[in-house]
Amino acid sequence: MRTPLELADAHPGPAFTVTLDGREIEALPGQTVAAALWAVGVTSWRSTRGEGRPRGVFCGIGVCFDCLVTVNDRPNQRACLVPLHPGDAIRTQEGTGHDG
Amino acid sequence: MADLAVIGAGPAGLAAALAAAAQGVTVAVVDSATEAGGQFYRQPASGLRARRPQALHHQWRTWERLRDALPGSGVRILTDHHVWSVERDSDGFTVHALLGPEQHEPVAVHADAVLLATGGYERVLPFPGWTLPGVVTAGGAQAMLKAGLVVPGRKAVVAGTGPLLLPVATGLAAAGVEIAALVEAADPKDLVRHGRALAGKLPEGAGYAARLLRHRVRLLSRHTVVRAHGDERLTGVTVAALDTDGRVRPGTERYVPCDTLAVGHGMLPHTDLAETLGCRLDGMTVAVDDEQRTDVPGVWAAGESTGIGGAGLALAEGHIAGRSIAARLNGTEPDPVQWAAAAKSRTKLRKSAAALDAAYPPPAHWSEQVTDDTVVCRCEEVTAGAVRDAVDELGAGDVRTVKLLTRAGMGWCQGRMCGPAVAGLAGCELTPSRRPFARPVPLGVLARQHHIATEEGTS
Repeated sequence: MRTPLELADAHPGPAFTVTLDGREIEALPGQTVAAALWAVGVTSWRSTRGEGRPRGVFCGIGVCFDCLVTVNDRPNQRACLVPLHPGDAIRTQEGTGHDG
Repeated sequence: MADLAVIGAGPAGLAAALAAAAQGVTVAVVDSATEAGGQFYRQPASGLRARRPQALHHQWRTWERLRDALPGSGVRILTDHHVWSVERDSDGFTVHALLGPEQHEPVAVHADAVLLATGGYERVLPFPGWTLPGVVTAGGAQAMLKAGLVVPGRKAVVAGTGPLLLPVATGLAAAGVEIAALVEAADPKDLVRHGRALAGKLPEGAGYAARLLRHRVRLLSRHTVVRAHGDERLTGVTVAALDTDGRVRPGTERYVPCDTLAVGHGMLPHTDLAETLGCRLDGMTVAVDDEQRTDVPGVWAAGESTGIGGAGLALAEGHIAGRSIAARLNGTEPDPVQWAAAAKSRTKLRKSAAALDAAYPPPAHWSEQVTDDTVVCRCEEVTAGAVRDAVDELGAGDVRTVKLLTRAGMGWCQGRMCGPAVAGLAGCELTPSRRPFARPVPLGVLARQHHIATEEGTS
């Protein structure tokens, strides 16, 4: 089966390691937090303030703020906009991201 | 000092920038993305080194023409600039932006004239389960594919209504996603009825039909998704047939397993900057004259912000705006003969846009499927039941009162996602909501604003 990388004939530089809640995952140069997480099959990385429900990408273009995530201890980053760098620490965001 | 600031580096913004620069105008194009192109020509991240980005795109040659004309044009492209306000001041305009992706550092661009080419975003009407991970907007799935070369799952349903669904379904299929069904609420007969105005679009539609066949995509017309299922993420959807009034036909529900639902019900224009500048709006869109001028002197608008019409229309409007701006900044009356071809294409494309809009209405009775426990405002987690109570029990008669009573629309997205849903559930017309800032701005940036304005003014 064809992958998006094959479809676009992409030859990215070497993958690098970031962490999601301490677990190491691989990311490609240029990919946003959301893209790297989708690539490893993760579709949610936030729980809502009220009901604690899981959320991930919805609009994919920075408008809806559903994909908020904590990166390098900075909460409320839009995962669909923020590009990853080697060693970045992504954390599932609980609520406002400011508790504990 | 830039003579013209263009907000948005999509087809409208780039066409305008090139047209104005060709007449000697100094142009800066300001855009929030990391590369020019807008949503339609959203580019793969450069680090991914895609040799065949055109495989994800349509009308790629048009993009090549725009892209290749930029380097020699003198147009400055300022990427990663997230504009939050445009201010009129004594000697023109100040465009206020935050530098991305952190969006902590403010930056200001001054100009004598401004073109608003801010594009649009997707309208999604709610249904039970629409907040589950795995449910994404159709445009969002496409944007993530074009920029990040990723897909959200293995098996998708593409649903809703509108011309965007076809390229999204064929795009995902080409990228290896199995499309379980393309669920379109509209009736193909309505497209035929608008045939004359859509004649130019027919070859495009035939191309998509061939691709759907090749990928063995099942097309369900006059159908809708009534529920998304799953606990922590999407596991499937229930689809049902619609009757001629747009109501779900009882007994036609069926379950379709999938891990992705890409859903959308048309587009809405970004009008925040225009509103803050005091431009007159016509319904949900920025009102412009034949030269693409708004009613605020020095402010032009082109592309989706003046009415959803697609990339071709955006190019034509942008070109006209650019020529008009160049003439007006040089203190001359523009001669419309200069842009006769673009004007002709604008007329034709506005007609087909109106026909598409008429042929792809959201299902008329969508709100009947929205159960009381369905979260409508995704940010503030306000349910449909709370909105209905505000109207039925508390007497709210407009969206603003519903918002004050329920918090629907008060969250991060400022009601962009839930606006159409809240208006529909409350039985009100959707009206543009006044947003003094087009995006969240750190308080520290606002506090420093006066200081920055003074500093830039003396430079």
